Amino acid sequence: MTYTIEGRTGPWEIVVGLEVHAQVTSHAKLFSGAATAFGAEPNSQVSFVDAGFPGMLPVINHECVAQAVRTGLGLNAKVNLWSRFDRKNYFYADLPQGYQISQFAHPIIGEGVVEITLADGSAKNIGVTRLHLEQDAGKSLHDQHPQKSFIDLNRSGVALMEIVSEPDIRSPEEAGAYLTKLRQILRYLGTCDGNMDEGSMRADVNVSVRRAGEGYRTRCEVKNVNSIRFVMQSVEAEARRQIEVFETGGTVEQETRLFDTARGITRSMRSKEDAHDYRYFPDPDLPPLVIAQSWVDQLKAALPELPDVRRARYVAMGLSPYDAHVLTLERETAAYFEEVAAGRDAKIAANWVTGDLFAAINRTKTSIAAPPVPAAHLGALLDLLADKTLSGTLAKQVFEAMVEEGKSPGAIVEARGLRQVTDSGAIERIVAGVLDANTDKVAEYRSGKDKLFGFFVGQTMKAMQGKGNPALVNDAVKKLLG
Amino acid sequence: MHPTDFTLAGAAEALHEGLISSVELTQAHLDAIAALNPRLNAFLAVTAEAALREAAASDARRKRGDARPLEGLPIANKDLFCTEGVATTAASRILAGFIPPYESTVTAQLRRDGAVFLGKLNCDEFAMGSSNTTSAFGPVENPWRRGNDPDARLVPGGSSGGSAAAVAARLALAATATDTGGSIRQPAAFCGIAGIKPTYGRCSRFGIVAFASSLDQAGPVARTVEDCAVLLRSMAGFDPKDSTSADVPVPDFARACGRGVKGLRIGVPREYRLDGTPPEIAALWEQGLQWLRAEGAETVEISLPHTKYALPTYYIVAPAEASSNLARYDGVRFGLRETVAGSDLRDLYERTRAAGFGAEVKRRILIGTYVLSAGYYDAYYLQAQKIRALIKRDFDEAFGRVDAIVTPATPSAAFGMDEKQDDPVTMYLNDVFTVTANLAGLPGLAVPAGLDHQGLPLGLQVIGRAFDEETVFAVGGAIERAANFRALPAIRAGVG
Repeated sequence: MTYTIEGRTGPWEIVVGLEVHAQVTSHAKLFSGAATAFGAEPNSQVSFVDAGFPGMLPVINHECVAQAVRTGLGLNAKVNLWSRFDRKNYFYADLPQGYQISQFAHPIIGEGVVEITLADGSAKNIGVTRLHLEQDAGKSLHDQHPQKSFIDLNRSGVALMEIVSEPDIRSPEEAGAYLTKLRQILRYLGTCDGNMDEGSMRADVNVSVRRAGEGYRTRCEVKNVNSIRFVMQSVEAEARRQIEVFETGGTVEQETRLFDTARGITRSMRSKEDAHDYRYFPDPDLPPLVIAQSWVDQLKAALPELPDVRRARYVAMGLSPYDAHVLTLERETAAYFEEVAAGRDAKIAANWVTGDLFAAINRTKTSIAAPPVPAAHLGALLDLLADKTLSGTLAKQVFEAMVEEGKSPGAIVEARGLRQVTDSGAIERIVAGVLDANTDKVAEYRSGKDKLFGFFVGQTMKAMQGKGNPALVNDAVKKLLG
Repeated sequence: MHPTDFTLAGAAEALHEGLISSVELTQAHLDAIAALNPRLNAFLAVTAEAALREAAASDARRKRGDARPLEGLPIANKDLFCTEGVATTAASRILAGFIPPYESTVTAQLRRDGAVFLGKLNCDEFAMGSSNTTSAFGPVENPWRRGNDPDARLVPGGSSGGSAAAVAARLALAATATDTGGSIRQPAAFCGIAGIKPTYGRCSRFGIVAFASSLDQAGPVARTVEDCAVLLRSMAGFDPKDSTSADVPVPDFARACGRGVKGLRIGVPREYRLDGTPPEIAALWEQGLQWLRAEGAETVEISLPHTKYALPTYYIVAPAEASSNLARYDGVRFGLRETVAGSDLRDLYERTRAAGFGAEVKRRILIGTYVLSAGYYDAYYLQAQKIRALIKRDFDEAFGRVDAIVTPATPSAAFGMDEKQDDPVTMYLNDVFTVTANLAGLPGLAVPAGLDHQGLPLGLQVIGRAFDEETVFAVGGAIERAANFRALPAIRAGVG
């Protein structure tokens, strides 16, 4: 069912397209050898090329090209063997060359598709129009001095992939799902770390509204939104604003807007009249970017397993679609799960990871990348369960101890003597003691009060401090009452 | 013989024979600069101390027996080449105070081969001009004077006017220069010396202040064709720091100079016979072809049908690229910054660029901005790119039939400093014979071939196939030998 916003004059559909700027994971910038690490001292990672000094020339970093191709392959997109860099000309203090090198007319990646999964379990394809490589600008700092702006060029020249979607998105949820999925794919591929709070992924959100059955109306672009939640909020806010404009008899003007996160509204940044004439033209410093199909094939062969494929494989291993989805959301989670599940029961492994481990991560405020219990330890715990060294109850206790102490399950079992008792003679002796101490209850049981069976099992377990093998305890109680 | 009268190759020989030291040779040139530069204004900066230090080190090195190809030879660099620790201005106020912390690849290679640098040479501002009158630091004077009007001060041509004037007046054995539309060949012709713009991609552009990236090429000017060949060998070569530099071997160009032209087919483009070309230039052209025929070459009339579009195409492409290349001179990071208290960024840009750029540079930035603007791009820039491809194709087809093309270098001899200054288009016509080689990326050599009726030098141009500078040098060498050009400029070292 189509998502709509109910206006005073009836329902409105939302049409959204996203332009995502994803910072390419690479050691060096797109056209210079300068480093790209996040959080370095201002202007400490700047070459003369990045600073636009006279006579400096750009030289393409082939690792960035490879990353763009990998991403294109991950988006099921067409890889253009011939692409070209253009200059986008505009003046700004943090744009040292006075132009940004981008791919305007001939991007390296053409049309592709991203499949998103929605909360109701349905799937939808969102078209990708193109992906191109471009340089990032530097950063202007306006809050460091009362009269001056400071410039940090560390980001200047860093490689970005601009990934443009078709206007296929129809709700805030779809926008969120698309970004989540895109980020997941980028992280699986290792082509962008997807850390939106560090600015390595940001989105320009194109929003318009329409009545059912209409063509597209004028859109507005909400610039530089830096979290998935804000993207979803900005879609909603901008759509409501446009509906209000239409419903009060106005027209929506094409313009660039900003999302005010504090107030949850969009504000005009510049109108169409003030739009830059970027004077794009082919960068004469760079020959066309020509890549070989054989190289693309090599990159393709070396691609990691992507989330959709991996999820299907997990389902085939016997996991529920939900568990498969949850475990493949993050590459690190899947890797953790696979280590735990290797050579063990996949379903049990999945239950422990999505249950006890996730709970422990939440509780200890850690992450799957630095988990409270290493995958090897959790695997060893499952082995102790499987060979009946531990009961389910004991295993939970041991797991908690593992979280607390960081030790291996073997060490904890040894230290606390938590090993399960499987000696049936020993168990029977304890059961006999329990029955002797409760002759009245034994009589009641024998006169037909079946429910008391559990009482005897419980008393026995209690006497054994929970270490009795549950099946053997059951057997012994049954036998001696018998 | 005065030490400044050596050719580059002759000086190398004299140094090798121990007839002179690099210190003596360098000092002689520094003395000549001190004496004549106040008149000629060819040097913007003279690095006398460093030059003498380098010369002394060079003499010591030669004594040790490991002399390099250009060991101890004093030359000078156009001020478009960034030189580490030495102010580089592109003859513009906007680079005031800019001292590059890096060295251009071309000058680094010259240093590697032992050259001694005398200083930085004046030129048109950002290499935009054909008379060296657009320099922010005053015009360069041509050392030649008209026989019939010896008081008139003449332009040396441009943009490499400082390079050509310095070499002609013997203030340097040779010099580096750059050529975007004729900036090596036209001043070389005006000053009676040789100069070659090599194939696009032959010399690295890394560290050269950019004018129009798809057209700019570095090359040498010198008093002989062989000297150009010697210098070019050191300047040329693949550079991973320039994506447009060509990964092709660099031959020993000097060997080609004496190769002769026997059996070569020389193209004579009919479109270069322009109305209004002085008869003596047409006559000199015919004379040059005669010399080549006498040496065993065959001359063939060819057609380069799109020639008439070359100049307008050039004056779209070059300003378009320049308008973007010069955006970086914004007062933010280096060079001039003009600002007043309380002003904003836009004001900083406007003041800095208004004060920093001269009229010709501003004109070209405006033209370039215009031709790239929305609504005009297709009609100008895109159309120019198409014509550029056709011009290239004209040459490809011609070079299927001929081995080299010979034309006049310029449509006139050097003109007076006060002439042609009113109408920029008249000035642009200076490049009519030379821009085609830039648009097609081909090597072009200017060789002095004779004098006009006023006693001013005239040159011929040899255009060759891409990366076939050797044939160009062979043809140029043959013209040079036949022309036996011995005339000397009025102003030169040792004469005053």
